Amino acid sequence: MPPESVSRTNNEGLSCPIELNRDVPHVTLAHGDGGRLTRQLVREHITNRLANVHLQSLDDAACLPQPVGPLAVTTDSFVVTPLFFPGGDIGSLAVYGTVNDLAVSGAHPCWLTLALILEEGLPLAVLDQVIASVASAARRSDVAIVAGDTKVVPRGAVDGLFINTTGIGVFHSPVPAGPKSLTPGDELIISGPVGQHGIAVMAARERLSFDPAPHSDSLPLVKPIRVLREQLGSRVKAMRDATRGGVAAVLHEWAEAARVTLAVEQATFPMPDELRGLSELLGVDPLYFAGEGVFLLAVEPGACEAALAILRCHPESKLAARVGEVQAQQRFPVTIRRALGTTQPLDEPTTALLPRIC
Amino acid sequence: MKYVDEFRDPEAVRRLVEAIRRMATRRWTLMEVCGGQTHNLLRYGIDEALEGCIELIHGPGCPVCVTPVETIDAAQELSLRPNTILASFGDMLRVPGSHGTLLSSRSKGGRVAVVYSPLDAVEIARERPQDQIVFLAVGFETTAPATALAVQQATHYGLDNFSLLVAHVCVLPAMQMLATAPDHRAKAFLAAGHVCAVTGFAEYDEFVRRFRLPLVVTGFEPVDLLEGILACVRQLETGVASVENCYARSVRREGNLAAQRLVEQIYEVRDTPWRGFGVIPRGGLKLREEWQRFDARQRFSATPEVAACATECPAGDVLIGRIRPTECPHFGTRCTPDSPLGAPMVSTEGPCAAYHRYRVASHAGK
Repeated sequence: MPPESVSRTNNEGLSCPIELNRDVPHVTLAHGDGGRLTRQLVREHITNRLANVHLQSLDDAACLPQPVGPLAVTTDSFVVTPLFFPGGDIGSLAVYGTVNDLAVSGAHPCWLTLALILEEGLPLAVLDQVIASVASAARRSDVAIVAGDTKVVPRGAVDGLFINTTGIGVFHSPVPAGPKSLTPGDELIISGPVGQHGIAVMAARERLSFDPAPHSDSLPLVKPIRVLREQLGSRVKAMRDATRGGVAAVLHEWAEAARVTLAVEQATFPMPDELRGLSELLGVDPLYFAGEGVFLLAVEPGACEAALAILRCHPESKLAARVGEVQAQQRFPVTIRRALGTTQPLDEPTTALLPRIC
Repeated sequence: MKYVDEFRDPEAVRRLVEAIRRMATRRWTLMEVCGGQTHNLLRYGIDEALEGCIELIHGPGCPVCVTPVETIDAAQELSLRPNTILASFGDMLRVPGSHGTLLSSRSKGGRVAVVYSPLDAVEIARERPQDQIVFLAVGFETTAPATALAVQQATHYGLDNFSLLVAHVCVLPAMQMLATAPDHRAKAFLAAGHVCAVTGFAEYDEFVRRFRLPLVVTGFEPVDLLEGILACVRQLETGVASVENCYARSVRREGNLAAQRLVEQIYEVRDTPWRGFGVIPRGGLKLREEWQRFDARQRFSATPEVAACATECPAGDVLIGRIRPTECPHFGTRCTPDSPLGAPMVSTEGPCAAYHRYRVASHAGK
């Protein structure tokens, strides 16, 4: 469990400052001024724990081997509150989020950079816990952290700790043709239950006491995606992780890109009892909530069974299911068939249900 | 899932729809009062399943929609006061006042906290003695017990930095007002199940006697709603008018006595302005004399309340069922959930939001 002194921000920006306990070793502004303390902080609390050859030299730039194939580059910043939540924390999220963005683009993730912005007063124990989580997530995703940066800002300028990760990968052909290529008849598959991360963060932030507490699905999706691409090649037309805005946002983006209608069926989405119970209780629709270990994919007609068979072999996507199909463009870009048989438009998410979830 | 699946069973739904169609010898017009029911009727396609047989008018049971513009203005003002945090249920953040919303106040530096319970606002007040915490107390009889409890808790902790901007409303006086309106068309009422879980339904006897209108306490799942409609039709077809409870798993005749006592202790009824209705006699609550110190309007001399509102949104006509959301000239064009002209398009219980979300097809020609 994280130390009790971690900053807690009410979801609407009421930052409760970190309890500054002089007896607890914490980050000071001096840690950010480039001198001995900076070197100490970086070496003892970061590079030693992320042990890899690129970081040892503390040079200004990493020298990476020539890749075989075109490069994929993505970047993402992480500002989630709370820093620790059931099923994950800001450290593992910063690794998996970026790794998954590379994977769904059709690239093999190789390297990450890690930039930290620390708030003065952050307990070093919290930093250590986040870095340990980054290290283990990187090992699990088979990527190396090859460069980084650390800044310290005065109390109140950030909320505890913000992270930016840039991911570099190599595209392997065939690269999915992307959402523009969707045509009527293509089939839509979801890799697992949707909305679990958003609902877990909401419950943690609001201190909603559920038993069991809902867990984030924060996970690397590299393996199932690699096998899908290897075995189905160009029959996989598009993939996208269903993060902010949930699967509803992805469906709308795709429908617009390809000028088609995407028709999904509510009953086919995998819905573990805990998730369903929580959604009912909170009156929220998981289709609009973020997942951090779930992706939507579109495959050519006839490739659905094979794709499901591959996905279901992997623990990350064992509940994969076919949820709908691509149709010729109609009045609504996305439609959903509800449990009682009525078909309705599925609205695009309009406002953030929950800010700062990743 | 127990208590959910059996009330959404497609087979049970089909049987009830058939039973209603068999029983109705003419097209009956019913009003469901509660906005939560409006949403589910549309979401599950019940209005369409009963097309031609039952006309449903959507009543004023969305507390967000009937909150006067001036209350939003006062909340915005308070959020911008130095050392003040306005705490509110999330629904209120996007409701337009005279000058934008609570969300826009926040981007101007106002401090607005979203809470799930007024007790969370009390917690914030305990954690932040340097700030004044004002909770925007909206809602029908369902939420009043929780805000009354918040006043009790704040007293218990001796907090002088917690207060309420009270905008509580009562559902029965609004129903009486609707039933006396000259152009009122509803031949029976579905009464709001969650309100009755608190108030019980003994107080509806007088209403039914006076207006000779069937009234059925109804729940929220498809099977609940259809059973409520079937009970109304049965009464209408046999020419009786009585109070009936079709939501017995949650509602008892006497209601929740502990909650009633709590509300009684903290609040008293008063004539209250409703957005779109004007002042409804005994239509809402105010803090009793001995709790006035928790009244944010007094503490901070906030904007006075008036019922008039000069907006382009004909919320009143929609909320009394005079026009359907889709008959509003702005529906789906100038007024959408992204840029709402009025509360009924914002709230998760607003009738316009329900039509926009589930029935955009029904105004395809617009």
